[in-house]
Amino acid sequence: MARELTKEKLLELYRLLVLAREYELLLSDVSKQGKLPGWIHSALGQEAAGVAAGACLERDDYLVPAHRTRPSQIAKGMDLKLLTAEIYGKVTGLSKGRGGEMHICDPGCRILGSGGIVGQVVPIALGIAYAIKYRGGKEVVLCDFGEGATNTGVFHESMNMAALWRLPLIFFCENNQYAEFTRVDHHISVKDVATRASAYGIPGTIVDGNHVTATYQAVAEAMDRARAGDGPTFIEAVTYRWSGHFEGDPAKYRSPEEVEEWKKRDAIPRFRDELVHKGILNDDLVREIEASVKRQIEEAVRFAEQSPLPTMAQTLTDVYA
Amino acid sequence: MAEMNFRWAITYAMQEEMERDENVFLIGEDVGKPGGAFGMSRGLFDRFGEWRVRDTPISEEAFMGLAAGAALVGLRPIVEIMFMDFIMVAMEPLCNQAAKFRYAYGGAVKVPMVVRALYGAGWGAAAHHSQSLEAWFVHCPGLKVVAPSGAYDAKGLLKASIRDDNPVVFLEHKLLLPVKEEVPEQEYLVPLGRAAIKREGSDVSIVAWGWQVQEALRAAAQLAEEGIQAEVVDLRSLSPLDEETILNSVRKTGRLVVVQEAPAPCGFASEVICLVSEKAMEYLDAPPKRVTAFFAPMPSGPLEKYIIPQQDDIISGVQEVCR
Repeated sequence: MARELTKEKLLELYRLLVLAREYELLLSDVSKQGKLPGWIHSALGQEAAGVAAGACLERDDYLVPAHRTRPSQIAKGMDLKLLTAEIYGKVTGLSKGRGGEMHICDPGCRILGSGGIVGQVVPIALGIAYAIKYRGGKEVVLCDFGEGATNTGVFHESMNMAALWRLPLIFFCENNQYAEFTRVDHHISVKDVATRASAYGIPGTIVDGNHVTATYQAVAEAMDRARAGDGPTFIEAVTYRWSGHFEGDPAKYRSPEEVEEWKKRDAIPRFRDELVHKGILNDDLVREIEASVKRQIEEAVRFAEQSPLPTMAQTLTDVYA
Repeated sequence: MAEMNFRWAITYAMQEEMERDENVFLIGEDVGKPGGAFGMSRGLFDRFGEWRVRDTPISEEAFMGLAAGAALVGLRPIVEIMFMDFIMVAMEPLCNQAAKFRYAYGGAVKVPMVVRALYGAGWGAAAHHSQSLEAWFVHCPGLKVVAPSGAYDAKGLLKASIRDDNPVVFLEHKLLLPVKEEVPEQEYLVPLGRAAIKREGSDVSIVAWGWQVQEALRAAAQLAEEGIQAEVVDLRSLSPLDEETILNSVRKTGRLVVVQEAPAPCGFASEVICLVSEKAMEYLDAPPKRVTAFFAPMPSGPLEKYIIPQQDDIISGVQEVCR
């Protein structure tokens, strides 16, 4: 059932969208300035999909993110200071500075399982969903991954088991058109990734991933199904990665015209215009939101920059429990 | 005390732990109603139901990942890998995910899971159903590796592994399944990381684990007839490793033979010899010796005896270092 989106909820989605965008821009900047120890896989341009997915989850629901999914993590409630410290490699970070951008975990926020191997987050989400049903819980797991992951064997094995046991799992696929350096139609044998769900008897939905409320409603519907015990849903959120595969990738495998074409479908001005039209947003509010987002990011960066790097002794702990 | 075979020791260890802790569940191919390809879970499905004794499709990679995910949120999965050879398709979730989660997330999570893998030759089952892959897992930080040699240790070690908060690879040699041993009726645990002297001797230390301990004990009995007193050190855990028990034995005997069913290069026998070389070299009266498989894949049927170490190979290895 479609959710009633209150004025407050719509403004919160707008704020999260701006926050996710500004945060990706910041990471791109500081990465270019050589301030980060590791890589950045930028989600620039595809923030609406992740924001919608993360914001739709309740506090007790689980998010299993991949390596290009900061928008969903931020929208789920991850602390920006701790996230930033981690990306800066500082000991105050979520993973004590040793995880970097790809190994981000926040058990308190129920964000678990991310990593650097494409596709491998899917069975981790399957296991969390199994645990929920095992315990008779009502929580839902959303696994956020890219279309490239749908070419792994483990994705298909997991779809089969999730369907077989009717697990409360949402396969949320951000189809950003590129798996590393290669366009989707060179790697995926079907036109719509969502059709892959039909092989497992799972509903497959296609949604405009650059439309935050449309994506939100698709996720809400999948959550209702999962909570009602009706099992998994596959959602293909169609979007576009403005950046290269990693920060610094010149992305010569595509034309500047193609990028420009997709930028015309940018989620932020679209959503802003919609909200202005509805009388929910105005210029003053827009400026206020931008200023508050800027402050939040500045505070996070300050925390990260002022935090210490891990010592050798702090790097050698936690191999075993 | 009653005699129990290795197979039932495993089954009862799982049953007791599942009764004790509702977070413990078993998952794997045919483990449900059929009771497992080797009968290791007989009776458990009827006792605990499908959610705690979960039959899976032939999807080792995904159900290994499932176990890691379930462990992240507090369940304690036991994964059965019907033949250890099949674990290769599940290396990624085990070695890249389960083993690394705790470290990579800065200690924020625990991954309590056990992977029971039936390993080893002896059934003439050829290249894809006979291997001993323990060294692959010992090499991986974050994993523990356990290999019992009899029913008593199997039961106590499996219960301890299930209660451990780390991913444990638990090796069950197929030839051990019918082997009987006295097993107490009351509960007991065998701690991980402690070796056991299974036969005392003064002339040479034979270090082994799993089925090869049985072979080493038979070899030692025969060697005693020709006047060589061999001490048999059963490692029980390969990771963590009980270095002191190995070193103390070598300090006493001055000679070392390590037996493993896997081929020699980068095998665990090399690790044991390296340990002794680094920490007890001055006690050695002769160069140490590895008795291992020939460096080849496993052939079918009776041909496997040309590949894996035989009792005679252990005996001649010992004779060589005692010369």
